[in-house]
Amino acid sequence: MAILDSIAVSVEHATGNLLPILHEVRHALQRLQDTGEPTVIDLMAIPMALAEESQLEAVLGPGEINAQLDSLGPSEICETGIAGVWLLTHYNADRERVGRFLEITRVPTILESQEADMRRGLTELSRRIGTLEADEFMTDAMNPAAQGDRRNTTRTVE
Amino acid sequence: MSNSMTLAEILERRGVSRRGFLKFSAGIASLMAMPPSMIPRIAAALENARRPSLIYLSFQECTGCTESLTRSHAPTLEGLIFEAISLDYHHTLQAAAGYGAEAARLQAMEENAGSYLVAVDGSVPLADPGYSTIAGVSNVDMLRETAEGAAAIIAIGTCASFGGIPHANPNPTGAVPISDIVKDKPIINVSGCPPIPTVITGVLAQYLTFGKLPELDDLGRPKAFFGQTIHDRCYRRPFYEKGQYAETFDDEGARKGWCLFRLGCKGPVTYNACATLKWNAGTSFPIESGHGCLGCSEPNFWDKGSFYDSLSATQWGSPANLGAAALAGAAIGAGSAMLARRQQKKAQEKQS
Repeated sequence: MAILDSIAVSVEHATGNLLPILHEVRHALQRLQDTGEPTVIDLMAIPMALAEESQLEAVLGPGEINAQLDSLGPSEICETGIAGVWLLTHYNADRERVGRFLEITRVPTILESQEADMRRGLTELSRRIGTLEADEFMTDAMNPAAQGDRRNTTRTVE
Repeated sequence: MSNSMTLAEILERRGVSRRGFLKFSAGIASLMAMPPSMIPRIAAALENARRPSLIYLSFQECTGCTESLTRSHAPTLEGLIFEAISLDYHHTLQAAAGYGAEAARLQAMEENAGSYLVAVDGSVPLADPGYSTIAGVSNVDMLRETAEGAAAIIAIGTCASFGGIPHANPNPTGAVPISDIVKDKPIINVSGCPPIPTVITGVLAQYLTFGKLPELDDLGRPKAFFGQTIHDRCYRRPFYEKGQYAETFDDEGARKGWCLFRLGCKGPVTYNACATLKWNAGTSFPIESGHGCLGCSEPNFWDKGSFYDSLSATQWGSPANLGAAALAGAAIGAGSAMLARRQQKKAQEKQS
């Protein structure tokens, strides 16, 4: 790698897509405020030079919220310095980028707790409570002294 | 894993949350060049998609297509798609061999008659079918037998799509593409030598998502991936438009990353998604690594002259294609294409 790095290659290019995207974001943000309609822009569908990608991030700037999602590899979900403009980058488990989106919205859908997950969560919570209760029952049955201790503790609390 | 399980059930069993599923759907939308507004629709469709059976046949090929397909590490989108389909036969990858392997193919054909997919890589020799056989069965016979009950055929790679390198002059084996043999089934050509793995899986994802095959171009390739030329999406295109070309692989232009048109790049007449999907886990594509496009996803790319002669001096493309590239450029780019057409004409005259 050191040998490769020593070759003086400088690639100077720009696709010219930076400004059009920023204008698209501006229109989308206006629309969000006027009608509440969100917009998603797929950044991987638009050719941009590395320098332009960095420039896009620099123009939007860092915001207040940086969330991490860990499902099928990491994802970074950040509100940019422009409120309502979110940058979402999805990676797979090998840290290869699989998606990069600008979402112009109040909160990206992927951050909200999902119905299906909550249903599973409720089932799981009930199971855990059941396990806990069963453990306590077993402990009480096996060890009457512990039962007495808990009664004492309960009285103390009361 | 049961073929009756939906994709949502398969992912749930793997502990993937609904958020993960949304992320998966976003990746699929991006992969298939669909508008992000389709993500909720894709998620809803994928949620209820059931595992189709896939029979993968390898004929006169170099295994490069399978290598390409297996280059990614799980759990990628590709990996998940392959978990979502039932790969019932792939003689390079499967553990079973001999009669057991062939029995698996026949069983999948029987159990999924009318609904299974057939993927084929490699061309089919017709000069003497004995040039390529599997378990004593010629490629042409196995293809006809397997295709009969299939819902559709996916020709993977340039050999299966257009004949590829085995078909190159003088074509000693009489190699032909799948479309020369199967005439009564939908065929999707996923060309490339090899094709981009995400393009292969993107076609499968499209089938899983919408239960139908993608829209195709006039060469039978999915438009989502083959709708634009390499040149259309090339990050070096601004140099083409300014007439800034590398003339050798080590001149100032090459060092500055200028356009590789004069060094033989076939990007202006090659339809593929390399410039956006890229290779080696999204690292780069040939032009980004300093080498022109070979045009490997186009028919007869091997027989169209040197890889290092510019389009103008080879048998590539029609004058209309070169004209289209020129129209997209500014005056200097257009001038180059006109020059290219003149030089191409001269080259053709010289050959005849």
